[in-house]
Amino acid sequence: MLGVRSARHRRSPGRSRAAGIGWGTWQSFRSSHGPVLGLAVIGMFTAIALGADWLAPYSASEQFRDAFLAPPAWAEGGSTRFLLGTDPLGRDILSRIIQGAQVSLGIGFVAVLSASVLGVALGLAAGFSRGLVDAVVMRTMDVMLALPSLLLAIVVVAVLGPSLINAAAAVVAVQVPHFVRLTRAAVRAERAKDYVTASRLCGAGPLRLAFCTVLPNCTAPLIVQATLGFSTAVLDLAALGFLGLGAQPPTPEWGTMLADSRGFLLRAWWVVTFPGLAILITVLSFNLLGDGLRDALDPRLRR
Amino acid sequence: MLTIVLKRLALLLPTLIGVTFLAFLLIHLMPGDPIEMLMPERGIDPARHAQLRAELGLDRPLLVQYVRYLGDLATGDLGRSIVTKKPVLEEFATVFPATLELSLAAITLAVLFGVPIGVLAALNRGGPFDYAAMSVSLTGYSMPIFWWGLLLILLFSVQLGWTPVSGRIGVIHDVPPTTGLLLVDSLLEGDGAAFASAAHHLVLPALVLATIPLATVARMTRSSMLEVLNADYIRTARAKGLSPLRVVGLHALRNALIPVVTVVGLAVGVLLAGAILTETVFSWPGVGKWLVDAVSRRDFPVLRGGILLVASTVIAVNLFVDLLYGLLDPRIRRAA
Repeated sequence: MLGVRSARHRRSPGRSRAAGIGWGTWQSFRSSHGPVLGLAVIGMFTAIALGADWLAPYSASEQFRDAFLAPPAWAEGGSTRFLLGTDPLGRDILSRIIQGAQVSLGIGFVAVLSASVLGVALGLAAGFSRGLVDAVVMRTMDVMLALPSLLLAIVVVAVLGPSLINAAAAVVAVQVPHFVRLTRAAVRAERAKDYVTASRLCGAGPLRLAFCTVLPNCTAPLIVQATLGFSTAVLDLAALGFLGLGAQPPTPEWGTMLADSRGFLLRAWWVVTFPGLAILITVLSFNLLGDGLRDALDPRLRR
Repeated sequence: MLTIVLKRLALLLPTLIGVTFLAFLLIHLMPGDPIEMLMPERGIDPARHAQLRAELGLDRPLLVQYVRYLGDLATGDLGRSIVTKKPVLEEFATVFPATLELSLAAITLAVLFGVPIGVLAALNRGGPFDYAAMSVSLTGYSMPIFWWGLLLILLFSVQLGWTPVSGRIGVIHDVPPTTGLLLVDSLLEGDGAAFASAAHHLVLPALVLATIPLATVARMTRSSMLEVLNADYIRTARAKGLSPLRVVGLHALRNALIPVVTVVGLAVGVLLAGAILTETVFSWPGVGKWLVDAVSRRDFPVLRGGILLVASTVIAVNLFVDLLYGLLDPRIRRAA
């Protein structure tokens, strides 16, 4: 759908390759290994998250009273019964990580989606209307950006109370300003171009101009932002969980799992190692994909 | 230059006002009774409650309350902690040096290693070193640092026994707080053992906190170096027969570092303000830990004042970087 739309717009004068998402983009994307690897890992994690209930050997909350802190299968004293060992409460770590993928990716997806929808809407409003609306929206975003992201998230959680859903709301608050700024800048760059004027002359109303004419040509940086935003969302959710401000036990959220088992670090390295590894791999994959997409979609931003 | 400073300050004004408004509004946004959140005493009787409401002006219109709040701020009154009963500003002054020391150490590590790595990667573009350095730095950039900190504790403190697990200095050392930076204070006192202890405690947290800035600096240096190396004036310098070291070290690096300064400056702002995760992992008594503790203890005045102070620090650092940028690059000065 996106491909068809951008192909039609490609003929409009003064347009760079930047906003086009099509075959050429895929070719350029495919030529580097990192992003493809990132995409593959994300695909795998998504499959794991979707099939968590079938894939996990046990339930995430099932306690095995005969196996507290059982080591992983290959370590001394480990058995194949618990491949990655068990936590201090005798729960299977592999099952909890698999179930945790559902939480991290699912909530992360919802958060990034909400942030992008809200951010794009506000960005369009600010970009199209000069004056008061623009000033109010942008100054509010400035204030939100003046606080370091994790601190802003903590403020939101402090107001709403610690829970997984409120942590997601905090992530949305952290990400919205970036989408707003990006959208507004893109709209400002596009709205003066001839094809927008032409569309306006043909009688397109403000909503049509915003959503049907201008927005499709601003998608490239937004897609890159959403991908990179996904990595920060996963990271921030885990960080909030780790601080005890996100998902609450016994939810199998990766950051919460780390916080739960921190005290057992000295006795059982595996309780801390694996949830963190899951976070790192997920975040790394999204960063690889985001970097690749940026290079492919927007050569001007190439780093 | 003065006009630029004034212009930048004027641009900051709305943000500053916004931040104070946010800190002010926080109490009305939070669930629960403002009196109970602001007052150290619990279980106040209704008559006293009403009296306090009037005293604190909570029965007045919102705008009046806000102006009053600004007045308090102007006199340096940020309220008192519910838990310790000390003024918020005083508490901030005791925790801030710890964060400052940690952040300065981290940013030093990041620049000391990040810039050379970035330059070498750019010079070997596409080579094995470039590939390895960029893979490692992307991993560092993606690192959940709270987990990284735990792993390093496991390796260096538990397995190898090289570094202490938490805190800033050994309990046997008593260093009078002149600057609040323990490394500096112990040197001023001429106490070598205390200095060694403080440095010992600082290494691991600084390394953890440096991870993400180091990766960012390395990536940024590489990309900006690549851009500069393609410039005409570098070709001219080479054509003149200057040694490669002179071309890279003197001609290229100076310009390539300009964007790096911004990245470092922004990182300092974020580090100063937070280091929340690192401080929590290492029980480092800094601003981040102070704020997280305030949230979990529901110490509202600390949270409110802390946010304001942290945001102001970040804004001030960003302004400083902005101005430094103009000082370093005449093109920007003229454009402004």
